[in-house]
Amino acid sequence: MTGFALGSRVRVRAFYPPGHLRVPSYARGKTGTIERVCGTFENPERLAYGKSGDPRMLYRVRFAQSDLFDTPHASDTIDIEIYDHWLEAV
Amino acid sequence: MSDDHDHPHDQDEHPQTYHERLSIALFELLVEKGIVSAADVQAEISAMEGRTPDRAAQLVAHAWCDPAFKARLLADGSAAMREFGIDPGTMHLVVVEDTLETHNVIVCTLCSCYPRMLLGVPPGWYKSRAYRARVVREPRTVLAEFGLAIPDDVTVRVHDSTADMRYMVLPLRPPQTDGWSEGKLAALVTRDAMIGTAMVRDAALT
Amino acid sequence: MIERGIHDVGGLDEGPIDRMEHDRVFWEQRVDALMMLLTNPKRPGGRLMTVDELRRGIESLGREAYDSLGYYERWISSITANMLEKGIVTVDELGAKLADIEAREHHA
Repeated sequence: MTGFALGSRVRVRAFYPPGHLRVPSYARGKTGTIERVCGTFENPERLAYGKSGDPRMLYRVRFAQSDLFDTPHASDTIDIEIYDHWLEAV
Repeated sequence: MSDDHDHPHDQDEHPQTYHERLSIALFELLVEKGIVSAADVQAEISAMEGRTPDRAAQLVAHAWCDPAFKARLLADGSAAMREFGIDPGTMHLVVVEDTLETHNVIVCTLCSCYPRMLLGVPPGWYKSRAYRARVVREPRTVLAEFGLAIPDDVTVRVHDSTADMRYMVLPLRPPQTDGWSEGKLAALVTRDAMIGTAMVRDAALT
Repeated sequence: MIERGIHDVGGLDEGPIDRMEHDRVFWEQRVDALMMLLTNPKRPGGRLMTVDELRRGIESLGREAYDSLGYYERWISSITANMLEKGIVTVDELGAKLADIEAREHHA
């Protein structure tokens, strides 16, 4: 899978599986912008069960507050770190 | 919460809860099995208790006074910490800078991730359900409850520590502090200012 | 209805934030120290647990426990469950030790 470029638009998958997930519900299905490429880290979804060997690229994704919650402050943002397998290009 | 006692070291003076007993049981079993030593446990406790926000405040003051260091801090927080003589351990620190147009605030909505190696133990409110739930949804209202009124022309940036990065805010240097020593500046910097729920006040105003 | 984990609270409607601060008591400090030692990648023999396993254990506690237990009560519940899962301690050992501790408390 090719990586996402800085500044590119990405959407968080609207999946709701069980398991140890580090993608907050409030961001699922939402679209943001790649703010930083954080580097490669072991997938916490597997580490949570004592398994490793699944390194993933981690991104910092910036969302407009108004895309996530009801707010009059259009320029406010929320930055969330999300692993590549939860993101799709828009 | 069940974890507020008045006598931290006098275990025998209060009835132990089940979980306190469980913690003793596990500790004793792990020591008996040679998995941990009592000395190592005590050393960890001392190390953690000794981590206060003071060193981080000095780091902030140093960044305010040395623009090249500040640039390094913003580019790679852990490397700059190490350069400053604070061991980041395995922590990946990201320092986010407040400006006249931007105010940053940190949270971990999913649990309580916090830059412990730098700031020490997080306050109870940071770990609370109410803070974690509300600061992403209504940051300005939450900040107002902490006594901060953010003007409309300032952008609020919330950072949710969902993965491997840990965040610290580099607060705005207060006005009229030109020529102040790093020590004098550091004394102004509070833990809450480095989380984003306070601003650094000019000591002359307090 | 969106399924969310019991810990996944971002955006939920909650009340005032209690800003009263409490120092950690000794047993809480010790639980924290155990976590640091068990998860240290430089531990001789390697780490025995990850912080991800701690979190997963906490998330598995069930809503009632999650909401009613204190912070370090959740930690010790999760650490112990993980130690049992990994066979590092057994149910029997824990049972015997807990009974012993209770007996000591009553004779103190």
